[in-house]
Amino acid sequence: MLDKIGIAKRIAKEVKDGYYVNLGIGIPTLVANYVKDGINVEFQSENGVLGMGPFPFEGQEDADIINAGKQTITTLPGASFFDSVTSFGMIRGQHVDLTILGAMEVSECGDIANWKIPSKMVKGMGGAMDLVASAENIIVAMMHTNRAGKSKLLKKCSLPLTGVACVKKIVTNLAVIEITNEGFKLLERAPGVSVQDIIEATEGVLIVNENTPEMVL
Amino acid sequence: MIRKTVSNVKEALNGVQDGMTFMLGGFGLCGIPEKAISELVSLGVKNITCISNNAGVDDFGLGLLLQKHQIKKMISSYVGENNEFERQMLNGELEVELTPQGTLAEKCRAAQSGFPAFYTPAGYGTEVAEGKETREFNGKMYVLEEAFKADFSFIKAWKGDEAGNLIFKGTARNFNPCMCGAAKITVAEVEELLPAGELNPNEVHVPGIFVQRIFQGSNYEKRIEQRTVKTKS
Repeated sequence: MLDKIGIAKRIAKEVKDGYYVNLGIGIPTLVANYVKDGINVEFQSENGVLGMGPFPFEGQEDADIINAGKQTITTLPGASFFDSVTSFGMIRGQHVDLTILGAMEVSECGDIANWKIPSKMVKGMGGAMDLVASAENIIVAMMHTNRAGKSKLLKKCSLPLTGVACVKKIVTNLAVIEITNEGFKLLERAPGVSVQDIIEATEGVLIVNENTPEMVL
Repeated sequence: MIRKTVSNVKEALNGVQDGMTFMLGGFGLCGIPEKAISELVSLGVKNITCISNNAGVDDFGLGLLLQKHQIKKMISSYVGENNEFERQMLNGELEVELTPQGTLAEKCRAAQSGFPAFYTPAGYGTEVAEGKETREFNGKMYVLEEAFKADFSFIKAWKGDEAGNLIFKGTARNFNPCMCGAAKITVAEVEELLPAGELNPNEVHVPGIFVQRIFQGSNYEKRIEQRTVKTKS
């Protein structure tokens, strides 16, 4: 089974040379730490920066340079700043190659819910609805089950949707799963996890190949 | 040259009244019009509608207006990190319209640029699209979103000149440019106000035509919401 860092490491392998990548808050943010040397990518943050770098050294932080999680960051050579209209132009105009974000639920047809739990958590969707409505390539990073042990890979989402039929791939602590017209398709197992474990943790239709390989991190 | 300079924040906010709709720049606490917000608190204007990506934190930014119950309605994309906001919303004391972030920016830009409405894919098939016109273009579904209407835009820039030209710094730019000229009156506060001719016209981000009033603020707090650093090894 993977921890959050393991999920981030596996997703990092999906990041290809020349990609512009938008990372959501949480596990997706960690992905930047595990992209292999020699893979040239630029990270986009929706609040208006391309070419995001690591956190600044203590004393170097600048209140005017933050990421979408409101964390202080640095920029790398080649970086640019822009306004919110331009930022979402990049996103809606499909200039960003890969979007990685978290989710509370994903359905077998690729619907995603990640912004609201009615009467419990109402923080807002931020940029998530714009991202999922437009991106060609969306990978969800999440735990396979919620804190109560219930599957987050469902036949149908129970929470208010963020977007419909948009998720292409899911990387969880248990598996790598592709969304197909027939439902969830199991591509890889996490180390030490059996196909049976994944079947039991998945509520939606899961297409399984007997010889599902173990992930290589 | 048409001079846009006013002497202070009081003069800049002349005409602000109860029940008005304001646009306020900023993302989190980055690039917020600190001086205009504190003046709105002092003026005590009530029943206002605020269009702003976020709602500040409990004791800074728009949180200061929430504490005094001056806000009737918030139009935002993300309103976490604010307990007073959550309390007022759950008690029905505060009306909240959550809007996807890119749509929020574009509704400002549409108001600035003379578009009554536009189609966006964001929110299609979700509760955001409920009651709104939808339409198919090239096999994909889109939602019709209307331009905002506002009385004042409060903008924070890094540098400005007497003609109202603005330059922003880093990610403090965010929603500020698209809110310029998107309300009846745009008020810009800057850290450094320069005589006309001191800004290089090639480097101006927002031309002065979109700004009616400009003043220099002082002692900006620029509070950091999440201070993340790495330690030197």
